[in-house]
Amino acid sequence: MRENKKFRIPIGPQHPALKEPESFSVALKGEKIKGVDVRLGYNHRGIEKACEQRTYVQDVYLIERICGICSHTHSTCFVQAVEEIAGLAVPKRALYIRTIIGELERVHSHYLWLGVAGHEIGFDTLLMYSWRDREVVMDVLAMLTGNRVNYGINCIGGVRRDIDEAQITEVLKAIDILEERTKYYIDVATQETTIIKRLSGVGMLTREEALRLGAVGPTARASGIDYDIRQKDPYAAYAELEFDVITDNHCDVYGRTVVRLKELMQSYRIIRQALKKMPQGPISVRAPRKIPAGEAISRYEAPRGEDVHYVKSNGTEQPERVKVRAPTLANIRTVKYMLRDRYLADMPIVIAAIDPCFSCTDRVVALNNSLTKKREVMEWQKLRSYSIEWYKKQGIDFTKLNKKLSSI
Amino acid sequence: MDTENKIQQELISKFPYLDGKVKVQRVRRIFIEAEEANFFEVFEYLINSAGFVHLCTITGLDEGAAFGVIYHLSEKTGIVVNIKISISKEKPVLKTITPYFPGAEIYERELTDLLGLEIDTLPPGSRYPLPDDWPHDEFPLRKDWKPKEPKPEENKNA
Repeated sequence: MRENKKFRIPIGPQHPALKEPESFSVALKGEKIKGVDVRLGYNHRGIEKACEQRTYVQDVYLIERICGICSHTHSTCFVQAVEEIAGLAVPKRALYIRTIIGELERVHSHYLWLGVAGHEIGFDTLLMYSWRDREVVMDVLAMLTGNRVNYGINCIGGVRRDIDEAQITEVLKAIDILEERTKYYIDVATQETTIIKRLSGVGMLTREEALRLGAVGPTARASGIDYDIRQKDPYAAYAELEFDVITDNHCDVYGRTVVRLKELMQSYRIIRQALKKMPQGPISVRAPRKIPAGEAISRYEAPRGEDVHYVKSNGTEQPERVKVRAPTLANIRTVKYMLRDRYLADMPIVIAAIDPCFSCTDRVVALNNSLTKKREVMEWQKLRSYSIEWYKKQGIDFTKLNKKLSSI
Repeated sequence: MDTENKIQQELISKFPYLDGKVKVQRVRRIFIEAEEANFFEVFEYLINSAGFVHLCTITGLDEGAAFGVIYHLSEKTGIVVNIKISISKEKPVLKTITPYFPGAEIYERELTDLLGLEIDTLPPGSRYPLPDDWPHDEFPLRKDWKPKEPKPEENKNA
């Protein structure tokens, strides 16, 4: 009788193994998972309702804050829908800048994912390496937009900042470094036995199931589904750029790792082309405050998959309805399927492999000097060198190690 | 636009009541307004014969006199079809589409929580996305629902 007994254990909403609030109720028989119930909504902030009560201009900034990782995804997806309703002809240069920022965002998101995946399988060296390298792209984004996350580059009718020649040189330099590192990670992922053995056959999702459950993004592409919004439903400047849609037939976490790493190489290809082909000209057109009545649906290939925004306008300054469907919501259902009859120990990496979204942000530190009573603002570069110096004083010096690492 | 126009013509020839209700808004975007009674006929045709096998999402609207529900479907070349139906406010009951798209469950739960549409019938499961202690007669996305000002927090140390 005892063998038939199933145990139900709750994991979350707050749990050391989870990076963001979500709740799983797992039915176990021994170490094997027999069923999973997922409860989401702990991050629901009522943004769709809030959008209806604000102007379109305010909504661009509100929507950008849906996610701390793919903020550009959401703001671009939203402005595209509004521009379609208003019939605005967005200048080409603006579309190219949106594409460049979008791809840089994908690069930092995939690097972030690689680190999380490394951490979840106990390969923390990979986490340290990939997150160190991610700083290169974060610095590029900060240089181009002024922010590491929530770039604020989009406005209705175009973008807010241009890219100059000096910046283009810097971006190209950074891309060279990142490409070199990505090649190294592809070698690690495809040759390192521990990674291959740990990830192969884990979180299986067949092509048929991926289609049936409506999986999107790298999760679907690693199950052999050749679907990428950038190619099928091109937006921004993608129709004029050449790139390959990466697919894989492993249908497991290993396949998802390979797809993301190879996608990085395509992102570099896109950024290089876009920087070269970017035409001269204005970066925005004037948008009316009142958007004529209408509706539009906009899609965007986020780092995690298809992002969908539906906007309905009523001729006023405020939208009638804004509907957002982020890619994780489309993928979460596949997790239930992937976990069935698998071991509990696989759960963290299987959940991480769909790359559920969590936010991060840290920017400027404001200091109140207790002696002089003055308020000082410490910017990112200053904060960085201050922390390096502080650690040096404590006897912790990374200079030698950094040199050694950069020669790898 | 050829493919989009072809889909439009095929829909009208197959379902004459859709005449004037199918609009090609731009390349890769088709909007259909269907009656609730005919919805599944058109829906099944799109899935089985026109290749619209991916459900992007479901949007719920409060349009004053009635609720609007839009099903956004896409196919492999990137065309998106948006089928809209109206649901009366007196009897806000909607048939589930989970037999066609199991992933639709979470979108339908969202309609229930945020607009108060009843879904006929979803398997038992937890609500989404509102908290468990959210009042059962308050639906935030309805136009007559206004957010309340949060009470100022009491300073317990004072």
